[in-house]
Amino acid sequence: MLHIKCPHCGMRSQNEFSYGGDATVKRPELNKEVTDQEWDNFVYNRVSPRGKHLELWQHLSGCRQWIKVERDTATHEIFRTYKANEEIA
Amino acid sequence: MTQSYRIETGGLINRNKKISFKFNGTSYFGYEGDTLASALLANGVHLVGRSFKYHRPRGFFGAGVDEPYAVVQLYRNGETEPNIKATEQELFEGLEANSVNCWPSVNFDIGAINNFLKIFLPAGFYYKTFMWPKSFWYKIYEPFIRKAAGLGVASTKHDKERYEHKYEYCDLLIAGSGPSGLASAYSAAKNGAKVILAEDKPRYGGSLLTSDVNIGNQSGKDWADGIISELKEMPNVIVKNRSQVFGYYDHNMLVMSEKVSDHLPKTKKYHPNKRLWYIRAKEVLISSGSIERPIVFGNNDTPGVMLSSAAKEYLKVYGVLVGKKPLVFTNNDSGYETAIEFKKHGVEPIVLDSRSNPQSEIIDEAKNLGINIKDSYVVVAAQGYKKVKSADVATISEDKKTLGKIENIVCDCICVSGFWTPTIHLASQSGNKTKFNEEIDAFVPGVSKQNETTLGAANGVFTLEETLKTSFEKGKELSKKITDKDNEISIPNVVEKKYSKHDKFWCVPLPKGKSYKRFLDFQNDVAVSDVEIALREGYRSIEHVKRYTTLGMATDQGKTSNLNGLQLVSEIENKVVPSVGHTTFRPPYTPISIGAIVGREVGKHSKPTRKSPIHNWHEEHNAVFVDAGVWLRPRYYKRGNETLFEASKREAKNVRTNVGVCDVTTLGKIDVKGPDAAEFLNRVYTNAWLKLPVGKARYGVMLREDGIVMDDGTTTRISENHYHMTTTTAQAANVLSHLEYYLQLVWPELNVNVVSTTEQWAGAAIAGPKSRDLLQKLFPKTDVSNEGLPFMGYVEGDLFGVKARIFRISFSGELAYEVNVESDNGRFMWDKIIEIGEEFQIQPYGTEALSTLRIEMGHVAGSELDGRTIPYDNALEGLLSKKKDFIGKRSLQRAAFIAEDRQRIVGVVPLDKKTSIPEGSHLVKDANAPLPNKKLGHISASCWSVEHDNPFSLAILKDGKNMIGEKLYVMSPLKNKVIPVEIVSSHYVDPKGERVRS
Repeated sequence: MLHIKCPHCGMRSQNEFSYGGDATVKRPELNKEVTDQEWDNFVYNRVSPRGKHLELWQHLSGCRQWIKVERDTATHEIFRTYKANEEIA
Repeated sequence: MTQSYRIETGGLINRNKKISFKFNGTSYFGYEGDTLASALLANGVHLVGRSFKYHRPRGFFGAGVDEPYAVVQLYRNGETEPNIKATEQELFEGLEANSVNCWPSVNFDIGAINNFLKIFLPAGFYYKTFMWPKSFWYKIYEPFIRKAAGLGVASTKHDKERYEHKYEYCDLLIAGSGPSGLASAYSAAKNGAKVILAEDKPRYGGSLLTSDVNIGNQSGKDWADGIISELKEMPNVIVKNRSQVFGYYDHNMLVMSEKVSDHLPKTKKYHPNKRLWYIRAKEVLISSGSIERPIVFGNNDTPGVMLSSAAKEYLKVYGVLVGKKPLVFTNNDSGYETAIEFKKHGVEPIVLDSRSNPQSEIIDEAKNLGINIKDSYVVVAAQGYKKVKSADVATISEDKKTLGKIENIVCDCICVSGFWTPTIHLASQSGNKTKFNEEIDAFVPGVSKQNETTLGAANGVFTLEETLKTSFEKGKELSKKITDKDNEISIPNVVEKKYSKHDKFWCVPLPKGKSYKRFLDFQNDVAVSDVEIALREGYRSIEHVKRYTTLGMATDQGKTSNLNGLQLVSEIENKVVPSVGHTTFRPPYTPISIGAIVGREVGKHSKPTRKSPIHNWHEEHNAVFVDAGVWLRPRYYKRGNETLFEASKREAKNVRTNVGVCDVTTLGKIDVKGPDAAEFLNRVYTNAWLKLPVGKARYGVMLREDGIVMDDGTTTRISENHYHMTTTTAQAANVLSHLEYYLQLVWPELNVNVVSTTEQWAGAAIAGPKSRDLLQKLFPKTDVSNEGLPFMGYVEGDLFGVKARIFRISFSGELAYEVNVESDNGRFMWDKIIEIGEEFQIQPYGTEALSTLRIEMGHVAGSELDGRTIPYDNALEGLLSKKKDFIGKRSLQRAAFIAEDRQRIVGVVPLDKKTSIPEGSHLVKDANAPLPNKKLGHISASCWSVEHDNPFSLAILKDGKNMIGEKLYVMSPLKNKVIPVEIVSSHYVDPKGERVRS
């Protein structure tokens, strides 16, 4: 079980969180024309990297904030966690 | 029965307390402090079971967790538990245990014929034999294998025992209370660190209980006792015995199983049977010690052959002689320790040492005691079937390839020592990259991945002096990092005997013309010949050899077999052991009760149960409940002998003719507040929200980004910046997360807050032509006329002094309202509705009638919004705004979603107007078409239409738009039904929606 540092609450066990996928995906702006390819990239296409990955987690049984977690998908090492609006270093 | 193998004095058992127990129906006596194994051995019982595959007689091989054979079925306080190691089970008054793997009895076992058929049961036998004919598998092979194999039977009864889970955080978790565990725990505790010291056995001290050493002028055991009592007094230390740390998981989380009551005849009141600890440790010190390695020889599985360390433990801890004519077979000095113990108790051992002319302090001691020592000698084979009667022995050449003339020595046990294997399971589980240590012929922990350090014998260090020194220092160093304290610890002086080098020898060659089985893995009956076959057949990877032969599998996880297996593979393959590598060690290290893993989440605790504040009324009125997500909802209210079908029809009919009331408290409710709330809803829902006036409700559909319908519900504008959103019962939690996702990550500029209010409000739906009359009486001061409270209107009212929210919304297609009051007033509201509704023939209705009413009307619900349908499929495309963007809108342009013949909701009526249509059935064009018959759609929901008095279903049908009036067939192979049907509109009742607006 992972140990994740919620930037709002501190170190918590994984079972308080739910996973939210790739945090680098950016939703196209509203009312903006997008090609099929751009839209598919947003909705479906994901890379599944072995190694460093920036991902979303929600502290569901805690402060309910969505956070960003930089994690190694192979070793589970967590390098840093960010608030939703924080600049990614 | 007398305990004829118990010595007069000595051991750590309590001889003042006799304990009676039964094994295979025979009564015996032991003492408090015995294990089932030591008590049986004290009574001279060596035969405990039959082996897994060949059903060979098996005895005891170890004295603890390393035991591969002595697995029994335990009976305790009316319960039974399989897969119990007799060497770990402490004796209690009234204990009963039986052998497994034998029928009809352990002494006469029919399966033992496998032993004579062994030529037909080589490695991969199951894979090769039970493959064909395919049809034989279920009927013949599987039942046969199931009966023949297995390590006992699981109880089919409900487990009455209670199990607990506990979460703990600590600075240092120390696994094992041997010398390294005690020393590191002591220095860390002195530095103020929060320490957990775990010991799997009942007694602390590990090897100190059996070794002949001196620490700080005390015996090893006395020193251990002193440290333990000091640690127990310290508030920052948790000391736990009978607690096995069995799994090392990510981020330094370890799981430990504590046997709280297993050693007692009956679990104490309010105590659990076992407690599972989830421990998050800053640092982990693994002091799990080492397990003695067997030397492989012929018939080395005969009862009476056991590890020399086990024989010593039975003698020193339990005062039990495993034999009176012992033969010790060793390749190192450890065997001599056992021999000396025998000699001290008046038994004459013979030592066979594979080394030529070994020299050391302890060998000198043995010689001085007059022990018969034979150098360059090996055991070729054990003789005897159910018990060792003698041993064939021979001299062996320097290169270990050639045996001398075979001689026979009479003996009643063979104590074997092939040197020591560090227990690296936990380190390996943590991700440690283990390395091979040539000095000791075994793997030891290498580079750590997590905060873990292995100490003492587990790290391949076999001298006490060095172990204590490094352990004291390590405990001090690691705790200092955490607590910033640095207490001086004086390291006690140690007196121990120096060992000479062990012999790198692990397998006795077969003498010419003999074909003895030489076992590597005792639990799984894997012999040298099996591994040879696997390699001959082309298996190379050690992981493949493991799976093909079952070497190192099952509950034993290769504790005694691992290294000898690797030695064999490396020898045949002409490789060195490190390049063969070892198989992955997986948790759990030792079997763990399923009950302990499940914990308290059983029966009604398996998931939370939510009840509405009106629940008691439902119970008082014969409600039959159904699970709706985590909620319990009334399915119907049973009157007399009514069936579900009859009751739900009555309830639904009463809504259509008079008025009904339904508890809708479980609907998800979310408060959406803030100046940008309207804009937010406008983006979340597919329809327009910016112009919804205060005091009005609107039905909305929300999509996922992929265009699939996520949920639907009504949202009401309570005040300028305050909206009350409702969701389906099942999706409430997901919708809240979904909204939070967009507010926090996608559109943080919107000034909106969302919060769940599901449990703040109790809700009652009042539906039927008489509902307005009832409402007027409930709220005499409020104008509830069609003008005062039109369809989709909202007002606040006063319900006899209780503040209420009144929504004019309908899920039944009838004139209907929903009244919400604060949860605490829920029962009051309900009582008032029932009381005043009496004159309007009000009846409560449950979820079954609710479904009937919505299906008739063609309202979609969870069975249509099933995560596979888009708005068009549900005839909801009218709610898709063309003017604005919303979540998922772009996806609706996908080719499949705009196809001409896209699936769509339809109504289905059986031609005979009688036959009920099973939900989930397929719709097909031709009932007699060859299989697979092309499916055109499926039945999503079925009911008995109370309006038309015939069955009616909803279906999602390909090209549904153009299928109205078509005749198709419903097929349900599951129910063996073929029903001719007609496709009709999904709006089966009041298609123009006049009633809800009346």
